[in-house]
Amino acid sequence: MAGTGIGARVMRKEDFRFITGKGNYTDDINRPGQAHAYFLRSPHAHAKIRKIDTAKAAAMPGVVAIFTGADIEADKVGGLICGWMIHSKDGTPMKAGAHPALAVGKVRYVGDHVAVVIAETLAEARDAAEAILVDYEPLKPVVDLASATKKGSPVIHDAAPDNQVYDWHLGDEAAVKAAFKKAKHVTKIDLVNNRLIPNAMEPRAAIGDYNSGEEAFTLYTTSQNPHVARLVLSAFIGIAPEHKLRVIAPDVGGGFGSKIFIYAEETICVWAAKKVGRPVKWVADRTEEFLAIAHGRDHLTHAEMAIDENGRILGLHVKTRANLGAYLSTFASSVPTYLYVPLLSGQYNIPAIYGEVEAVYTNTAPVDAYRGAGRPEATFVIERLMEVAARELGMDPAAFRKKNFIKSFPHQTPVIMCYDTGDYNASLAKAMEIHDVKGFARRKRESAKAGKLRGLGYSAYIEACGIAPSAAVGSLGAGVGLWESAEVRVNPVGTVEVLTGSHSHGQGHETTFAQLVAGRLGIPIENVAIVHGDTDKVQMGMGTYGSRSGAVGMSAIVKALDKVEAKAKKVASFVLEAAEADIDFKDGKFSVKGTDKSIDFASVALQAYVAHKFTGEQLEPGLKEGAFYDPTNFTFPSGVHIAEVEIDPDTGVTTIAKWTAVDDFGVIINPMIVEGQVHGGIAQGIGQALLEGAVYDANGQLLTASYMDYAMPRADDLPSFRVDHTTTPCLSNPLGIKGCGEAGAIAAPAAVMNAITDALGHENIAMPATPQAVWQAAQAGLARAAE
Amino acid sequence: MYAFDFHRPATLRQANNLVGKVEDAKILAGGQTLLPTMKQRLASPAAVIDLSGVPELVGIEQKGRNLVIGAMTSHAEVASSALVRAALPGLAALAAGIGDPHVRHKGTIGGSIANNDPAADYPAGLLALGATIVTNRRKIPAGDFFTGMFSTALDEGEIITKVIVPTGAKFAYAKFRNPASRYAMVGVAVGKKGSSVVVAVTGAGSDGVFRWADAEAALGKRFNAKSLDGIKNPAAKELNSDIHASAEYRSHLIGVMARRAVTAATAK
Ligand SMILES: Cc1cc2nc3c(=O)[nH]c(=O)nc-3n(C[C@H](O)[C@H](O)[C@H](O)COP(=O)(O)OP(=O)(O)OC[C@H]3O[C@@H](n4cnc5c(N)ncnc54)[C@H](O)[C@@H]3O)c2cc1C
Repeated sequence: MAGTGIGARVMRKEDFRFITGKGNYTDDINRPGQAHAYFLRSPHAHAKIRKIDTAKAAAMPGVVAIFTGADIEADKVGGLICGWMIHSKDGTPMKAGAHPALAVGKVRYVGDHVAVVIAETLAEARDAAEAILVDYEPLKPVVDLASATKKGSPVIHDAAPDNQVYDWHLGDEAAVKAAFKKAKHVTKIDLVNNRLIPNAMEPRAAIGDYNSGEEAFTLYTTSQNPHVARLVLSAFIGIAPEHKLRVIAPDVGGGFGSKIFIYAEETICVWAAKKVGRPVKWVADRTEEFLAIAHGRDHLTHAEMAIDENGRILGLHVKTRANLGAYLSTFASSVPTYLYVPLLSGQYNIPAIYGEVEAVYTNTAPVDAYRGAGRPEATFVIERLMEVAARELGMDPAAFRKKNFIKSFPHQTPVIMCYDTGDYNASLAKAMEIHDVKGFARRKRESAKAGKLRGLGYSAYIEACGIAPSAAVGSLGAGVGLWESAEVRVNPVGTVEVLTGSHSHGQGHETTFAQLVAGRLGIPIENVAIVHGDTDKVQMGMGTYGSRSGAVGMSAIVKALDKVEAKAKKVASFVLEAAEADIDFKDGKFSVKGTDKSIDFASVALQAYVAHKFTGEQLEPGLKEGAFYDPTNFTFPSGVHIAEVEIDPDTGVTTIAKWTAVDDFGVIINPMIVEGQVHGGIAQGIGQALLEGAVYDANGQLLTASYMDYAMPRADDLPSFRVDHTTTPCLSNPLGIKGCGEAGAIAAPAAVMNAITDALGHENIAMPATPQAVWQAAQAGLARAAE
Repeated sequence: MYAFDFHRPATLRQANNLVGKVEDAKILAGGQTLLPTMKQRLASPAAVIDLSGVPELVGIEQKGRNLVIGAMTSHAEVASSALVRAALPGLAALAAGIGDPHVRHKGTIGGSIANNDPAADYPAGLLALGATIVTNRRKIPAGDFFTGMFSTALDEGEIITKVIVPTGAKFAYAKFRNPASRYAMVGVAVGKKGSSVVVAVTGAGSDGVFRWADAEAALGKRFNAKSLDGIKNPAAKELNSDIHASAEYRSHLIGVMARRAVTAATAK
């Protein structure tokens, strides 16, 4: 499509700034008189702090102040919070241990915050931190997820004596039991969803600034949701009332969920700024990010599927143990519960589902939402089960899926979700055709001739995006509403500023949001500016995560635009001296029906502000409207990804030979940006399947604390993706958008693992499928075949 | 990083003087290993002597039957050198497979061998090629130079100035990359000159680069990958085990990479 409206491949407006090094990231900002913070972190996974002696350190050159947990307590700084209440099966609330921003009495993971040194330079702060004497009494750590709640395990939080945070469930247990009784076949699987460490290009950073004249704070921070940060820092942590706390999240270099949360470091920076009377800056180095950013995934799951004699699914029982790390991070509790089990129905008609999730503490970094958050875990369970079940039944995996697809909408699953629309057959058929699944047998023979093993794997995923109807999530325990806000300010010359509560940190909102506005108002896209990331400029908003900015954030803009158009029509009716009902608005022009009288948008804007054509009794001057949009349902992006791998049995190296993605994202605003999101998501999913995995040793030391040992996907690990779409517009929002930000990361792991197990003829290999793991499995498979 | 004094000599003589005089000094070449360790405060020299201002340490020359490579020559220069590509394409390929473009443009051959990382590529290559390491004081055959993991025959204040690499060998290097760091998880270099064959293994040995004698004997008889059939891979107990690869897997990979190196060396 030509032009710049919805559907056009508009080049990203923000890229000139980024590519020419003119971005403005938190670390680019320096405040007059600024001092530097360095955090002394725990070298132990679990230890009592007997004593902290800062005397020698405090006397070192350049030191401004040193603070420990005692100072936090003395100032009554509130602890970090987890904003989603989960109740266990027995009705008891989750057991949230205290989470002070600086450790009080005890450290609970390697990287935990013990003290902060504030000094003239970072080097001086580091030097002084080395001189702090901490007398630790090491305790036995709890590292292994499987045995974390065993009797006699060391206790991490007194509030949770058996290290269990909650034991939660969803679904109809009795119905599932009955389904398994009727089953002709039961497929069982044990899965590990490996622990991942988010690696946004920009590490976290914060600057706290205090203006004593106004008694007001400013926090510059790498946040995906600055308003939520302000709310939490204000209402829960108690730094300052909201009107005395401004949070600015300027350009942010990627988040993937890890920058949703309110961490110790920014809390300390903003609190300490007042204590020391100077701005305090902290920038994480990469090692600190590995150690202390919220990690993702980390599930152990046993799942069973009941199937009847015709190959139809009767029921699903999933039991998961989720690692939440040493403390509950901001949204940690919701990820393995409401963002996970409600997605276990996948694209399938499953009459009965029962999910049980036990969340536990371990002496590892906190675990929270990471690209996809719960939904990749759910897709991995259901799509691995589908594949294994098909093989056990001797059915073609595509045919088995087809047989069980949901075919009529709306579809109410047994686990909360009501899918509004979709066409799963269509995406499967299109993906199979593009991928040339028919030619797979030939390609497999060719690989075999070269001594290679070839396999093909599907992943028919679903996700729930557009997070989320506020009343619904409120009833499930969320501490906030998940609507979005927008304000459209038309300037007197007809240019437009849109203030949005969404936050762009790689998604391209400055482009896609402007496309919507330019198309709707019929003005050049250059005349639209998107403003976000500053609580002093933008009205309260909820931020960007869960693929919500299109479906929720843009819907709020649509609502505000509706109001702008209505008001502008009123202005035009005065200018054109016609009845308001006779005014049409099209292609940037207001015209009087049945006449050639018209006026363009910019002139109406000017008239709205000069207010010469109407009186104050008739109409308010100005052209500026705001709106809050609360979604009425989740959105349900879905699609089929097909992975084809080639394995070198001599070395175990897996090469992604071919990749096809056919996604249904509803209406697409900018196909180029959507493809970029899909590419990045698939890369992350392939990373999880083949490369990435956090490893702690038995003492709780993180062995993968740098790129020397944590394998990130690189360009040459990836093939050229074939990305295409089918479209069923979403029914619950005005634009028909479903969301695309997480799809790739959700779909990819299962597709890769299904392809690898197809190639190996071996049903269980854990992620990441490293060369060593694949080689071992290949050897075992070859040995079996030789028997 | 801690504070340190910085020296940048303009000639080898000045560099020689400085290493003799300045206490607790470290030589800085490409900085690809030294600077990260200093930043992490794992190394804290009182002074750094930067060789990047010494022009005579850079460059590649053909001298008779040898290639002479200056210590400060970057991996990228070795990889793209017409001389190296013509005389020893396997060595150019080895250099081209080190790290990423940034690392290849900063990292140097001198820095790499002085560091003798147990997973580095050059040590295996230079062993298999029978290279000679030239310092400001003496000449050291590669076989005597690499003395164990992160350790070399270099004395205090000794500067590598160049590396002499004999040409005319059949040579290839096969590398299995560590998926995270992309250093060698196992790298096997094979060099055959006349009837003498050297098989040098990096990335796998628990004490750094080593020669695989059984393979050398077998390939000495007939230089063909098939000659390795029936030869036992180096024993796992002598090899590294870490989160990326067990000793058993490394042992297996040595066999695979050795065959691939031999096949590549005989391809042309
Ligand atoms: C991300 C990354 C990936 C890498 N991947 C690989 C890889 O795949 N394979 C591989 O082999 N290497 C790899 N390296 C290492 C790199 O290629 C360099 O070879 C290595 O860092 C040392 O070379 P340098 O010139 O940077 O030396 P420096 O870091 O400057 O110095 C290293 C050591 O050698 C000493 N030294 C330097 N020059 C001399 C000299 N002339 N005489 C005496 N002593 C000297 C220094 O004092 C120091 O102790 C990688 C490095 C990085 C950062």
